[in-house]
Order: sequence, then structure tokens, then C-alpha cells
Amino acid sequence: MSTTTLPAKRRGLDYKKFLANNGALVGLVVLCLALFIATPDFLTAQNLLNIGIQVSTVAVLAFGMTFVIVAGGIDLSVGAVAALSAMSSGWMFASAGLPGWLALLGGLFIGALAGTINGLANAYGKLPSFIATLAMLSVARGLTLVISDGRPIKMPAEVSFLGGNLGPVPMPIIILVLAALAASFLLNRTVIGRSMYAVGGNAEAARLSGLPVKRILVTVFALAGLFAALAGLLLAGRLDSAQPQAAAGYELDAIAAVVIGGASLAGGLGKISGTFVGALVLVVIRNGLNLLNVTSFWQQVVIGLVIALAVGIDVLRRKTRSS
Amino acid sequence: MSQQPLVTLQNVGKTFGPVTVIKDVTVSVYAGQVQVLLGENGAGKSTLIKMMAGVYQPDAGHIVVDGQTVTLPTTRAAEELGIATIHQELNLVSTMSIAENVMLGRMPTKHGLVDRGALRNRARAALALIGLDVGVDTLVGDLGIAQQQLVEIAKALSINARILILDEPTAALTRHETESLFAVMADLRRRGVGMLFISHHLDEIAEVGDTVTVLRDGEFIAEVPASTPEDELVKLMVGRSIEDQYPRATGAVSQTAEILTVDHLTSTGSFDDITFSVKAGEVLGIAGLVGAGRTELIRAIAGVDRYTSGTVAVRGQNLPNGSIQAAIAAGIGHVPEDRKGQGLVLEASVNDNLGYATLSSTAKLGLVDFAGQRRRAGEVAKKLRIRMHTIDQPIGALSGGNQQKAVFGRWIIAASTVLLLDEPTRGVDVGAKVEIYELMNAITEAGGSILMVSSELPEILGMSDRILVMRDGRLAGELTAAEATQDAVMTLAARDVDENHEQR
Repeated sequence: MSTTTLPAKRRGLDYKKFLANNGALVGLVVLCLALFIATPDFLTAQNLLNIGIQVSTVAVLAFGMTFVIVAGGIDLSVGAVAALSAMSSGWMFASAGLPGWLALLGGLFIGALAGTINGLANAYGKLPSFIATLAMLSVARGLTLVISDGRPIKMPAEVSFLGGNLGPVPMPIIILVLAALAASFLLNRTVIGRSMYAVGGNAEAARLSGLPVKRILVTVFALAGLFAALAGLLLAGRLDSAQPQAAAGYELDAIAAVVIGGASLAGGLGKISGTFVGALVLVVIRNGLNLLNVTSFWQQVVIGLVIALAVGIDVLRRKTRSS
Repeated sequence: MSQQPLVTLQNVGKTFGPVTVIKDVTVSVYAGQVQVLLGENGAGKSTLIKMMAGVYQPDAGHIVVDGQTVTLPTTRAAEELGIATIHQELNLVSTMSIAENVMLGRMPTKHGLVDRGALRNRARAALALIGLDVGVDTLVGDLGIAQQQLVEIAKALSINARILILDEPTAALTRHETESLFAVMADLRRRGVGMLFISHHLDEIAEVGDTVTVLRDGEFIAEVPASTPEDELVKLMVGRSIEDQYPRATGAVSQTAEILTVDHLTSTGSFDDITFSVKAGEVLGIAGLVGAGRTELIRAIAGVDRYTSGTVAVRGQNLPNGSIQAAIAAGIGHVPEDRKGQGLVLEASVNDNLGYATLSSTAKLGLVDFAGQRRRAGEVAKKLRIRMHTIDQPIGALSGGNQQKAVFGRWIIAASTVLLLDEPTRGVDVGAKVEIYELMNAITEAGGSILMVSSELPEILGMSDRILVMRDGRLAGELTAAEATQDAVMTLAARDVDENHEQR
């Protein structure tokens, strides 16, 4: 199509453009307003802190997932890798006798290692990421059960600290902010981050332009594993123990958050800020439904509808914009 | 013509937002005639045929079919009036058989199940209409592009299409395949089918067309007979006369400095024992038939695919086998054959696309040099006259010629001195073609070397200083610019080869 079919830039209408590009944010604001009107319990300091703590795990997982989805893949293993990392950390501390801080780093290392294996299987082993990470989901969850023998393991104080408070502020919220800044910096400012968009947009064109596509993919999955491990440690820190079934199914929340945030599963599109909003939408809906005494059974139904709605609106928006 | 047209777009106009893409254009298709639509990329041809096919609604004017004013709200509505489009990108399911594709959406059923017998018979009847002799159970994916196109035409005819819109049907065909398509078109013409034909190959117009409608910048320029000389058509199309379609400026070729040296290069199954070198300032053309191993050779030199044996050297330094990064570092820039599939990230911006090859090399501590990348991209876009609204626009929205200039631009930013061009002007209109040729001149004048694969013989002959001809993976001969003629090249390229493989 010719260049002349693109609408020229219209000044003074930028707020429209803003709304169109930030549908999830608008939805979140509307949602918060509705809950504020519906229940006095929503806008309380305690509830907002609760939301902050709950969103931290989902959002950190979803940041890692954003890298993968931007690069055109999918990672189904992040929930299981989160559990394995926390469990390994607990085991290193409780059974292997490592110092707490080393056990914490060890947990992060295990996550990055699992992610690296995903990346190698995908980039060099030519397994579709869906399959490679589905296999890793099973392996990581299985190993978690093997290590723990199906029982929770106590976490070292260093990890429990991640679940505690720093002054009045819960640590998970601080970690969340730091993780968001780091992920956003990585994706926007660094060569590897910008390369992810190119690989997700058109891997062959990226390769022919000299980008090391395979190395980029391995890094992407390693980062997803690292972020998963961090989320797993946050969760374990909050519970003060690593649970063998921790974070089960969280990969779907993470994918939902990324997609609600405006990323395309076809790759090449996505932002950390969008993912953060997407995670907030999920958590605020759950929180609100809890406050309104809606059973968890119905919550699942609502969440499903919200995902379909969010992505449906996004697809429509892109369609109208491109024609 | 006193006869009533099958379809007329009467004074139609179309705007997208504030931009007018089609303004007051009238074009008619008559029974048994081939109406050619001619214009550069971006002239509005696609928009026009989409209006006729029911994809877009005209904002002004109206559509008349058989003397009745109609609206075509959907493609289905157009099909019901007998208007069918054969798109450049074919709409076939490659994993299904020919019969299933021809009857897709209208499968004959018996007791609610697909009636296989009737399916085959009706598909066979459809193929017979265009004389395509292939088993109807063959998977469409197993057919060549040319045959797939014929299947698409058969499908259109089987739903009683009286008006066929053919959008660049010859773009991906060899000369021989084009001839067969034209034979089918001639037959359809005899049977009263009206056709609207789009092609970038001017030489095809006189061969197959009756009248030509020329568009420029969305406006009707002229309607002329198809026998109008090519120069005249080009002039109407671009609004100025193009003095020289192939403005090769020779004389820059260094007699001594060999920049790229390829020695006994072999890739089993693709090409065998290829030895040649390219000098500074030289354009070396590689001619040959489709399948002769030219693209494979270029890809091996660029490090995209690994080769079996031999060496590739730039300025005397051997390059490692299969390393794109090493090739780029040595100064090689590769403009691949398939711009959309291999050259560009279509939804990414012009700025990003121009900068991929220099993303790492200009970075500091792993951080992207945004300001520098943007400045360099802006400069090169200006220098190459890439026409766009802003540099942050998705590159997929640009015309083919401007997209191709951006692929060149990437290597200019990377200061590449050896350019490997694979079909550099495919899908590029006349005006932009000349700009690309001028760019090639500028590169060689600056001491760069160019290796160019092209299936357009006039381009090879017009732009090369020296021509290598490949046949079945081997070098069949070498010709200087002075001694090369179409016949000389074809004799080398096609000797002992089934003429089915003959190229354009």
C-alpha cells in the first residue's frame, strides 16, 4: 500500500491516540472507579498494599514472559520454574547447609539455568518454544516434588526478608518496582532488548541483518527463567516456605497479563508498562471480586471473559488503525 | 467502443482520513477485452481494484455493472456479480488437494457428507476450462506458483466469473510460465471474459492488453491503446521521461584491486566449483535460470548458509564459513531476494529497520546509541529519498521501492563495500528502479563492489560491467558488457536444458 494511505498526524487529538494506545490502562482506571463506588473496602491503605503484594509475583513473572513474547515465543514453564527455584533455594539452605544469601543466589541461578535450557532447546534444538517449555514445566514441577518429597521447606531469613517489610513498605512492592525498572531498561535501552523486537517481528530479517538470533533467544529464555526465580522467591518469602505446588498455573496469569498489556502473541510488540497494567487488571479484578464476596469459581469465569474482551478490543483497534 | 462495459468504476474517489488516494478515476472492463491498469507503486492501482472487488467502498462516484449502478459491500457481493480477483498472494490452502481448493466453501455433499466423486468431477471440469492437465487430487502445495495461479483462475471461472482482476500475476513467473498464462488469457478473452490486468513488466502490455489506463498519484492520466510504445507509457506513468532506464556509469572499475574473491566454492546440491572475483568499482551480474544456484551462491557468500568447500575472501582475508556477522564485519551487505520475508521487520519503524546491522557495532556497554542511530537513519533516508511520513512509521506501510531503498540504506549506514544484491528491483516500479540503479552507480563510484543476481535480463545487461552465467549450479561462461546480448546469455544459461526452465 502506498504511504499516502496513512492518516497524517493530527495535532490536538493526542489524547485520543493516548486512549487508543492505552486501552488496558483506561480499563484499569474504570475498574478501580467502579470498585471504589461499589465497596468502601477497596480504597484503603491495607487493601492497596495487599494488591501491591499480590501483583508483585504475577507482574515479575509476566515481565520475564514479556521478553519471550516480544521475541515471538511463549514460555509455559515460568510457574514451575518459580517453584523449582524457591525449592532449590530452600534445599541449599536447609539440606546442603549453604549460607542464606548464597541459597538465595542459588535459587536465582537455578531459574536462569532452567530458562537457558529452554532457550537452547528452542534456538539450537529447533523445538517450538511451546513444546520446549511445556516439557520444562513438567520436568521442573517434577524436580520440585523430588527435592521436597512433596513437603514444604523452610526458607532462609534472607529470602523471608523478601516477603517482609522495609519500614512501612512491603518488600515485594520494592522488588516489583526494581524489577519493572530493570526489565524496562533492558527492553528499551539495550542492544539485546531492541534485538528482541526484531527477532519477534521477523527472525529471518533479523538474522540476515547480522543479529545473533540464536544467542538472543537463549538470553530471552534465560531472563524469563531468572525473573521466574525471583517471583518464586518472593512468593516463598511471603509464605516463609517453599511449597511444592507453589505458582502452579501462574504461567497462564503471566501470559494473560502480557497480552492484556497489548503485546502480540505473533511477536515484535509489547511493553513492560503494558504488562504491569495487565497484571494489575488481573489482580484488581480478583481483589474486587473477593471484596464483593464473589466465589472463586465465578472469579475464574470473569477473568476468562476479561482476557477475551481485552484482546478482542485490541484486535479490533489494530484492525481499524491499519485500514 | 459502442458495446456496454461489464463493469465501470465511474468517477470514483477514495480517501483514507485526510489523504486522497483515488480522485475522480473512471475505468471500464469490456467483455472479451484485457484492460491494463498502469501506474507506479502508490499510484492507487490496489485501491482501485479493491473497490471493484468489494473490499473498499468508493467515497465518490459509483460502480456500474451491466448498466446498473450497484454497491459492492463485500467481496462476496462482487463475486455474485461475476467479479473475481486473482491476488498476487494466492488464496489457496496448500495442504489440501486441487479439487478441495477449487470447490472450497461450496463442497458438494451427499447426506451431509462430502461427495468425493462429485467434488472431483466438478473440479476436473473447472480445470478443463483453462486446459490445466494435473490430477485433481494433487496437493496444491506440491504445485509450482504458475500452476497454483491457474488453479486460482479455474476456481474463479467455476463460480461463473465474467470479470477477472489479475493483480501482477506474472511477477513470480518465468518467461515460459508467463507465456502459458497469456495463452489462457487469450482463450478466456475469446470466450468473452473481461479482464483487468496489472503488471510492472511493460513489455507484457502490448502482448496481452487491449487498452491501458494510466494512473499517477491517484488520478486518471490517460487511456491509450496497448500498442503504445514503452517509452511513452513510462512517460505517462512517471510524469516525466526517463532518459535512460539503465543508467550504468562505467569507468569506475579498478583494473587491479580485487575486493571479493570466491575460490572453488561448492555447496553440495546447490552449486559446484565456483571461482570468480569482483573488483573495486565493478558491478558483476550473475545471470541464469531460476534454480541454477544463483541465490544459493549469494547466500553462501553472505554467510547465511554454510558451504561444503572452497573459500570466500574480502580484500584477501578469508571469511569463516556460515558467519553473517563476520561477513558484515568484512564489509559485505546482503540485499536478499524476498524483501518482506527476509529483508525487513515490517511492523517495525523505518528507523529501526535502517539500524539493525549497526545496532551492536555502534552500542556502548550494550546500550543502544539511539541518538546516533536516528541521526544516521535520517541522513540515509534523505540521501536515498525514501518517501515516508516520519521515520517512526512502520516500514510495511511504504511502497516496495522505498522499502527496497531502506534495505540498501541499512548497508550504507554500515559502510558496506561489497553489496550482494538478489533481484534488487523485484516489485519495484520504474521510477524507483532508476533510483536504485543510480545508487548502485554511486556505490561503485565510491570504490564499492556489487554482485548482482537478477532474472531481468535487460537489467543484467544494462547494469553489469561483466556477466557470469550459471547453469545447473556451475559457471557456464563469462561475458563482458560489450559482448553480452540476450541471446548470448540465454545460450549459455539454457544449453541442454528443458525449455520449461526458460527464464524471462
